Parts: sequence; structure tokens; C-alpha cells
Amino acid sequence: MKPAAFDYLRPIDLDEALEALHEYGSDAKVLAGGQSLMPMLNMRLLNPSVIVDISELAGLGAIEETNGAIEIGAAVTQAELGDWHALARKAPLLAQALPNIGHFQTRNRGTVCGSLAHSDPSSELPLCLATLEGEVVLRGSQGTRTVGAAAFQTAMLTTDCGPQEMVVGARFPTVASGAGYAFAEVARRHGDFAIVALAAIVTGDTIRLGVGGVADTPQVRSWSALEGETIDDALNAFAWEMGGSEDVHATARYRRELVRRIGRKVIEDARDAASR
Amino acid sequence: MPLAAKDARHRIALTLNGEAVEGYAEPRMLLVDFLRYELGATGTHVGCEHGVCGACTIRIEGRATRACLMLAIQVDGKSLETVEGLAAPDGALSPLQQAFHENFALQCGFCTPGLLMSIGEVLERNPKPSEDEIRVAISGNICRCTGYQEIVDATLAAAAVLRGDAPDSNAPAASSSAKT
Repeated sequence: MKPAAFDYLRPIDLDEALEALHEYGSDAKVLAGGQSLMPMLNMRLLNPSVIVDISELAGLGAIEETNGAIEIGAAVTQAELGDWHALARKAPLLAQALPNIGHFQTRNRGTVCGSLAHSDPSSELPLCLATLEGEVVLRGSQGTRTVGAAAFQTAMLTTDCGPQEMVVGARFPTVASGAGYAFAEVARRHGDFAIVALAAIVTGDTIRLGVGGVADTPQVRSWSALEGETIDDALNAFAWEMGGSEDVHATARYRRELVRRIGRKVIEDARDAASR
Repeated sequence: MPLAAKDARHRIALTLNGEAVEGYAEPRMLLVDFLRYELGATGTHVGCEHGVCGACTIRIEGRATRACLMLAIQVDGKSLETVEGLAAPDGALSPLQQAFHENFALQCGFCTPGLLMSIGEVLERNPKPSEDEIRVAISGNICRCTGYQEIVDATLAAAAVLRGDAPDSNAPAASSSAKT
């Protein structure tokens, strides 16, 4: 399992990276942390003619707090976000989700934005972005545009990012006052791909639940003023609406059951967090 | 840097275990293959080649990293540590290697270099890890011989040595594993 041959470009700045994407378009692939791209190259699921390595590009390595959001540059690794001093206080959902992403060795290299750009249906960061209603910042030679999570993740492993564009950053809204956040996932072993991953935000009597691993993209629902049995009814309806993929890891029925059971738990955890 | 052409071999200079080394690689050459075949450092093993098994784990600028998920051309100018750098020049084992030896933490040894390099970073960042923290930390390194118990024991023992804690000879084994 070795990659097929490709040319390699390490641009000196963002403009050179964008020029390369403009020139090569879909023949080029952007390499950030490579923890999803490199396996795909090794297995020859992808065969780009040019690799554009942005992992050390100046200006993409910052974590900044701006306008009620954490803005994370495209070269920021998952480990760097995990080590960010204010993470648990400013973004409790991300703080809870991060340890579930692969292993610490892959988080040392894998980037936050790379995970969003890869858009695996079971990935934790796309789920968090969708549940928090975050945004992705795309840059092309024509300029910069910002796309909401729901519009960005269009299908399995597919996003709104054009062949001549690249993800330069992502914005995750910071903690809202009075809101509680909780994350949970079920996988065969720690660090494996999630069979089902869930993220909940509870504010007053409003519940927002995101589910990954069941449909092609993260699915999010909001409910107001639900109590007791009706939470279970709402979760059951949500589980059936998503359908659910059937694969070697789990049946669709098992995934629906996880949405019902772990969904209830994660909502209760978020409610507890809100009341603290 | 200018575009590195796919069919040419490019010079890559780096620091390997404190020593300046260099070699040549096509852009597509994986770092682990470069270490083994170009630099002759065969201590790092190649397992699954897609980042799952952890056998190829090395440290780049101190961070444990999968050498099968990086290109050789990406480490030009960087400082790398591999299992070859752990023992002293006279062959004396590092505290972690010694603990692996004493706790039977390896059988076939295929996973061992990756585990040693992973645990090396774990103990630097957390000198007193709990058993649970160790189990989570090594979940990215697959071992098919030991059942992990002895690796956890060895890690706890090495952590104690590195902290300078005196071993308590009356204490039960560091974990629940039965040793008769």
C-alpha cells in the first residue's frame, strides 16, 4: 500500500497555495494533517497529480476568539485545540468531543479543519460544527466566502468546497449563557470510528440534538418544551426519520436504538450541565 | 519551496536521534519507508499502513506521530526520534525499555517500538498517569501478544522510576494481573 506518484508543493504563502489550486483544480489535493488523506492515498482511493501541503503555512495556525466564536485556522491540529487554555470554558462541547477523535498520536497531526473538509459521516468535529451551527471559511482566487455547517456538508465525504477553493478556517460558536452541552459516542473500541455519536445542547426547555454516524451527514433536530415520555417519542421519530446505515459494524436497528437510548442520556447530561 | 517533481528524488536532511542525517526520496515516499530503506533505521516497523495499528509510531519534534501517514519530504529540517535513540550509547536500556523487559511487556516485539515511542510522550506530559489514562493512551497501538496488562504494568513501573519514587517491595503488583 503505497501512494501513486504525485508532484509535491509546499507553498510559501496562502496566495501561492490558491494559485496552485487555481492551476490544477481537481487534480490537486490539499494536505494538512493527512490523517484521512494519507490513508486514502496509501490505499489509492485517491490519485491526485499534485499534493499542496498547507500544514506549515503561515497565517493558518491560530486559534482566536472573535464575535462569539472560536476561529480555528486550517493548520491547527486537534491536539493544539485540545491544549488551548480556554477550551473547556469557552467550548465545552468541543472539549468533550476531542478525546474521542482517533488517538492522541493522530490528534498530534490531524487538523480540525481537515476533519471538516473530509466530512466523514461518523466524525466528531463535523457533528459539533453542525450542532453548534458553526461556519466554514473558504478561500479561492475569486475571494473568501463563509458557509454554514448545514450547507457545507452536502453528502458523505462531500462538501461545498470547490476544486479551486480551500478551507482556511472554521468558526465554532462559544458557550451560550444558560446552555448546557454534552457529547457521547459508541464505538467498538476507544478511538475507532463512531457507530453513533451524539451532541446535545439544552437551553431552558429547548433541546438541540445532533447525531453522527447514522445518515450521510450529521443530522440535527431542535425541540421546545418536551417532557418525560415525549422526549422518547421525539427521539424515536428522529431515529426513524434518519433511516440509518447498515454495515459490518452495526445494523440500522441497532443504530436507531443507540439514538433512542444514548440520545436520552446525552440530553439529560446537557440538562444537568445547564443547571450547574 | 518549488514544486518537487514526482519522478525525481529530492534531498531530505533531518536530525535523527540527535544526529544529522540525509537521504533522497520521491515525493510519494512514506516517512516510515524512508527511515527503513533510505536511512537503514529498521527499528520502526511497518504494520497496517493506514494509521490504525501504531507500529510505525515515531516522535517528530517530540510529538508521537504515525510515520506511515507522513511523507518523507515533509520532515526536511525536522528533529525525529525513533526507538534506536532510546538506549544509551553503551546499550543500557532506557527506564521504559527496562520496565518492558522486567514486566514481560513484549512477546513477538512487533508493536514494541511504536508503544515505546507513544508512551515516551505520555510520560513526559503526564508523569503520574492512572491505569485508565494509560489504557486510553495506548489504545492507538495494537498488540496481539500480551493482552496489554503487562504493558500497563511496565508503564506504571517506568513512571515510578522516572519520578524517582522508591519501589515498594511489599506492594502488590501494580495491577490486578495474576502472576504466580
